[in-house]
Amino acid sequence: MLCAGTGCVASGTAKVKDALQKELEKRGLEKEIKIVLTGCNGYCAEGPVMAVYPDEIFYQKLTVEDVPKLVEEHFLKGRPYQKLMFKEPEKKTAIPMMKEIPFFKHQVLRVLRNKGLIDPEKIEEYISRDGYQAAAKALTQMTQEDIIKVIKDSGLRGRGGAGFPTGLKWDFASKVKSDIKYMLCNGDEGDPGAFMDRSVMESDPHSVIEGMIIGAKAIEAHSGYIYVRAEYPLAVKRLHLAIDQATEAGLLGKNILDTGFDFELEIYLGAGAFVCGEETALMRSIEGKRGMPRPRPPFPAHKGLWDKPSVLNNVETLAQIAPIILNGSEWYRSLGTEKSTGTKVFALTGAVNNVGLVEVPMGIPLRTIIYDIGGGIRKGRKFKAVQLGGPSGGCIPEHLLHTPVTYEDIVATGAIVGSGGMVVMDENTCMVGTAKFFLEFTTDESCGKCPPCRVGTKILMDMLTDITEGRGKESDIETLEDLGRDIIATSLCGLGQTAPNPILTTIKYFRDEYESHIKHKWCKAGVCRELTTFLIDEKLCKGCGACLRACPSKAITGEKKMPHKIIQDLCVHCRTCYDACKFKSIKILPAKFQGDPAELEAVLEKSKREAE
Amino acid sequence: MPRLTVGDLQKIKEKHKAEFTLREGGYRAKVTVHMGTCGIAAGAREVMTALLDEIANAGIDDVIVTTSGCAGLCAREPLATVEIINAPPVKYCDLNAEKIKEIFREHIMAGNPVEKYALVVGCETMY
Repeated sequence: MLCAGTGCVASGTAKVKDALQKELEKRGLEKEIKIVLTGCNGYCAEGPVMAVYPDEIFYQKLTVEDVPKLVEEHFLKGRPYQKLMFKEPEKKTAIPMMKEIPFFKHQVLRVLRNKGLIDPEKIEEYISRDGYQAAAKALTQMTQEDIIKVIKDSGLRGRGGAGFPTGLKWDFASKVKSDIKYMLCNGDEGDPGAFMDRSVMESDPHSVIEGMIIGAKAIEAHSGYIYVRAEYPLAVKRLHLAIDQATEAGLLGKNILDTGFDFELEIYLGAGAFVCGEETALMRSIEGKRGMPRPRPPFPAHKGLWDKPSVLNNVETLAQIAPIILNGSEWYRSLGTEKSTGTKVFALTGAVNNVGLVEVPMGIPLRTIIYDIGGGIRKGRKFKAVQLGGPSGGCIPEHLLHTPVTYEDIVATGAIVGSGGMVVMDENTCMVGTAKFFLEFTTDESCGKCPPCRVGTKILMDMLTDITEGRGKESDIETLEDLGRDIIATSLCGLGQTAPNPILTTIKYFRDEYESHIKHKWCKAGVCRELTTFLIDEKLCKGCGACLRACPSKAITGEKKMPHKIIQDLCVHCRTCYDACKFKSIKILPAKFQGDPAELEAVLEKSKREAE
Repeated sequence: MPRLTVGDLQKIKEKHKAEFTLREGGYRAKVTVHMGTCGIAAGAREVMTALLDEIANAGIDDVIVTTSGCAGLCAREPLATVEIINAPPVKYCDLNAEKIKEIFREHIMAGNPVEKYALVVGCETMY
């Protein structure tokens, strides 16, 4: 068990592992002894550390030179190698270790390798953690073909969402002959609830720049842009600073590191239009035109920015490049699955306890991310769905939480991995309302160039509005599905081609909610105001007054310790009382429900039967 | 910074290690305040100011204070990592000016981690 905590890795875990592997092979022991990389043991000052099982012998301050002797003594002769041995001290504090906390335990940092460790405003700190070593290697020891081969072999796929193989993209562009080519970075992160790219640009801007230098060499580009939205002021500031420092240090500009390679890098600020995350729209935006997509082919690898061959990679994809160049494709493939290799960063938000930025090996089940890393659902509520891929993605229900996070498996559910936004929703979420939220976004953000998207999303939006306000018709569900599929088939770019996904997945997995909205005028989650009546079940009400105090419209009356009542004419259907009640005595019933206790029983009974 | 060559990268790495790591640099402690957008929004600047004040008042110069990006657990910001020489790093969460002052007195000066504010000890898995 060799420690792969950041501290030990910095003091040489990788080299010790290779030396150990070789030595074991040399002695013919590789089948008997397995090297496992573990999480931090807390002996960072004595690193790299290793524990050998089953004897539980601990070794510290391992070096490559010590390895042959250690293998000979311990594994061949079967006696502990005294020189490097140490006794595990009794734990001194009650503070838990990283490997004891699920939030940290399941994560492996590659993109976020410098997370919280370096000052992003100082280039020396990035260099001190092997920064720009990969660029130096690529520029001095590797040909274009070498770089492309390593990236292809690593299996790295575009982290912006579509999952196109990065090496292949570079290969296409490298083969096109042109005097000018462009290397571009897409930092136009626009999905609601997503903040992976912002965080990478803020906390480790040089990792993106280094990835771009390597990409530029691979395709023979000498100029590039980072397209980043102006709403990310801190990211923009730190990127500017990073580019200035790198240029001053001769890591950007003319004759990089005295290798004769030139690469000029600029930042282009986007105005925050969602469609500008689409590659052809982004390029038009850099050209100073209105950001609108155009049909492909020709693909940007042939005709991109200013009609020159261009490669556009996402921030996270670029941040993956340097370690792959340094450690090789096999290393990268050691995590993840056959077709979805390496790690993926997710912005975990919504109804989970641990909101944050997490990086996990691909192939890990959704349940692990939500319940272990995320710490489960807030306030002990019930899970309802997880939304992946933002407005282009879909909602995945409870019974599919075993799904591993790979491009293929997630697409099979109807959602997409997307750029990494992961919004968890609890039982108090209305799924029709959720679909409406995303459609509202795409309707707003549709650029208007092609009618299926411009008109289609508006029609979908109007239908959803009708359903949530009580004007839904029985045929609406089929119409939504039909029209959704037509928009997907006929839209020009990814925005329209994916915009109906939130509707289609919620209909697929939560059809009963649509039916309840349409047939019974009943939003069971109590979100759609026109489709609810709030009633207090007098049998359950203890008269504690919590709802009375919480009600913003003074619609609740009642004496202390006596059952309270909601005055329906004053109720604004805000659900505040429902959340305030500790005894679950507030019931959410269909619109215009007349308050008769006997009828209440019947309705509850009926809804129970329907659910069954 | 002057223009670098390939060999300079390794030199900078070693120089940095010599100057800014605890053992080689002659420091006793290092505090990293995590200042991504999430940290700043939650009050990381106040934490930073309070810490710098405490250090100035105490008149010590063997503690490095530095900033860094998001530590990942945005829900528990502001976060800070305290490293004392020969001990694993300790991450503190949900900080404010008062808490960091207490951590300064108890952990940085006296060497006893403040368990009630601590989130976790050790560092993250990579590779």
